[in-house]
Amino acid sequence: MTGAEMVVQALKDNGVKHLFGYPGGAVLPIYDELFQQDDVQHILVRHEQGAGHAAEGYARSTGKAGVMLVTSGPGATNAVTPLQDALMDSIPLVCITGQVPTSLIGSDAFQECDTIGITRPCTKHNWLVKDVNDLAAILHEAFHVATTGRPGPVVVDIPKDVQFAKGIYTPPQTAPRTSYQPKIQGDLEKIKEAVALMAGAKRPVIYSGGGVVNSGPEASQLLRELVDLTGFPITSTLMGLGAYPKSGKNWLGMLGMHGSYEANMAMHDCDVMVCIGARFDDRITGRLNAFSPNSKKIHIDIDPSSINKNVRADVPILGDVGRVLEDMVRLWRATAKADKKTLYPWWEQIAKWRARDSYAYKHNNDVIMPQYAIQRLYELTKHLDTYITTEVGQHQMWAAQHYGFEKPNRWMTSGGLGTMGYGLPAALGVQIAHPESLVIDIAGDASVQMCIQEMSAALQYNAPIKVFILNNSYMGMVRQWQQLLHGNRLSHSYTEAMPDFVKLAEAYGGHGIRCDKPDELDDAIKEMISVKKAVIFDCRVATLANCFPMIPSGKAHNEMLLPDEATDEAVANAIDAKGRELV
Amino acid sequence: MNAQLQPTGSAYFIAKETEKPEIHTLSVLVDNEPGVLARVIGLFSGRGYNIESLTVSETEHEKHLSRITIVTRGTPHVLEQIKHQLERIVPVHRVVDLTVMAQELGTGGALERELALVKVSGTGDARVEALRLADAFRAKVIDANTEHFIFELTGKVSKIEQFIAIMKPLGLVEVCRTGVAAMNRGPQGM
Repeated sequence: MTGAEMVVQALKDNGVKHLFGYPGGAVLPIYDELFQQDDVQHILVRHEQGAGHAAEGYARSTGKAGVMLVTSGPGATNAVTPLQDALMDSIPLVCITGQVPTSLIGSDAFQECDTIGITRPCTKHNWLVKDVNDLAAILHEAFHVATTGRPGPVVVDIPKDVQFAKGIYTPPQTAPRTSYQPKIQGDLEKIKEAVALMAGAKRPVIYSGGGVVNSGPEASQLLRELVDLTGFPITSTLMGLGAYPKSGKNWLGMLGMHGSYEANMAMHDCDVMVCIGARFDDRITGRLNAFSPNSKKIHIDIDPSSINKNVRADVPILGDVGRVLEDMVRLWRATAKADKKTLYPWWEQIAKWRARDSYAYKHNNDVIMPQYAIQRLYELTKHLDTYITTEVGQHQMWAAQHYGFEKPNRWMTSGGLGTMGYGLPAALGVQIAHPESLVIDIAGDASVQMCIQEMSAALQYNAPIKVFILNNSYMGMVRQWQQLLHGNRLSHSYTEAMPDFVKLAEAYGGHGIRCDKPDELDDAIKEMISVKKAVIFDCRVATLANCFPMIPSGKAHNEMLLPDEATDEAVANAIDAKGRELV
Repeated sequence: MNAQLQPTGSAYFIAKETEKPEIHTLSVLVDNEPGVLARVIGLFSGRGYNIESLTVSETEHEKHLSRITIVTRGTPHVLEQIKHQLERIVPVHRVVDLTVMAQELGTGGALERELALVKVSGTGDARVEALRLADAFRAKVIDANTEHFIFELTGKVSKIEQFIAIMKPLGLVEVCRTGVAAMNRGPQGM
């Protein structure tokens, strides 16, 4: 079997149905093999970055590994952004890159780059295959490493001569290498300790994250069970939305910089915090020395380096979230008979915070408020089988705040890296995995232009993705920070020459919709849903709306800036003069 | 880790470190495969950790295992992170903080030794003095002619530094050091 044949065989043996890629000189033998079979469908993107994000969207919506195939040199360097994105958001992504022939490596050959060197810090692991007889084992190991433990991206770099060379193919084996043994089962003593701490809590909060989604649907189910059993309030990171349903009665909304007032206040004032598969990111914690000062912290994570990294855990539990939750639920049932009444005062306090209605905004009858657009989108799509992706910026936060997620794996967003341009190709990937579902990229006018070329791929594969652009002609989040930090000097955050998105959609062969009136919005959204091909929806929203509530930088969870307080003056003074000098 | 500067008007919260940095010696057992050293070093540079000394060599030929000895400086919190970050690297088998282990064993510190080659050139009194001092330090002469010596010296880092400092006025030409090799006292392995 040739190396190229082995690649295709290994994809099949690892259950790959789709891969996203772009051909080039150094991967032509693999493309030749793909051409001669039907088991694995290749989706041709328009840019390698698009392939990566599409594979990420595919992975996050299915729970399987996403696969991308790119050529050497520029193909590989263009893959770097999605690789780092997948690393930060723990997405299983297998990237196969072509490389110049082994004899030419190091000679500055055409389209040569040090792929392994470049991708080393942005992958969980990577391999350069120098001998065709190692190829099969490396590919199987790559899938194993990408999908187990804390999931992440891997790169397998295959020189062209190895693709042509003949060798012996070995099927996937179960014995992984001895140095890679992720700890799955949590320490039972620690879990007991955690349950005891939780049982005695008066002001508990559960803070869940993307790890719950990554751990699989059972983990989300167990999380819901735990919440029901304990009666604890629950908040979630951006990445963890959907693990606990928005309609759940214990739901506080998202926490963090643009999270809800009640979620952040509960985090600040709690006495026991149960962090499940989240990593105390700086967008979550706010000022660290004022972060939840009086709580005991239980931290469940599969990655030992996440524990005690930013915030000290009192009860660290190393293991897979699903397994630990299983034990936790079992132990709670067996031992802890906490009286939910003890939590009443805490819930009363939460109700007071909730009454502040921190996601509120002033409705306008003449212009579409961006929050209103998301709310209407949610109301008109919630009964459907819907998947949401986003780009990065204000629209992303509004989507997180106002779109309700009832199930895990329905929400694809670039959290850790904050990659503008993620949403459109991710939507393509999701749509390929779920051809019958409604897939919407909630986008901003600036972000969407970063990978808009993938509209062409969407049309080619009849992927009826809906690109719902909240168009305010600004890089809204950049502008918001400039207003907060830089004296309202809006340096290069306004896009003076905006394309006509309707014509652009039509130019790609898709369908374009424009709407700028609140009373026409519902019909326009219904039109978008009913069109059976890719749509760009140019939703013209209030240009100067800002995203609140917000924890201004350097502030604590209990110092949120709420929308009703966010006057121009308050915004200008949210960060004190001394702080500004230090920038 | 909990003390911070005044809030900055930045998107980030900049912390002022108040814990005292310590010097620790780590032993890292890795698969001896291409790029493994780059992964370890890249981790240190990428995450802003310090390397004071680094030694690497294959120690178990049949199993293709190498042992990397790293002397690093950081606060206890950072040192814990370094250990966990190293453990995440796929070809890393084990990471042992020898300094912590020595404290647990009650042996004071890990055994640490370094080898140095020191070339000294000169004639007359300086040459005689260099040889006399080398003898006092139990350095071996491994090459010499009438104008130079090359000394081989093994010992603790402090001893080697002292020897080099003394040789400086006596015609020190060049020095080559291996970096620290280390293991803990007692019968058990890492």
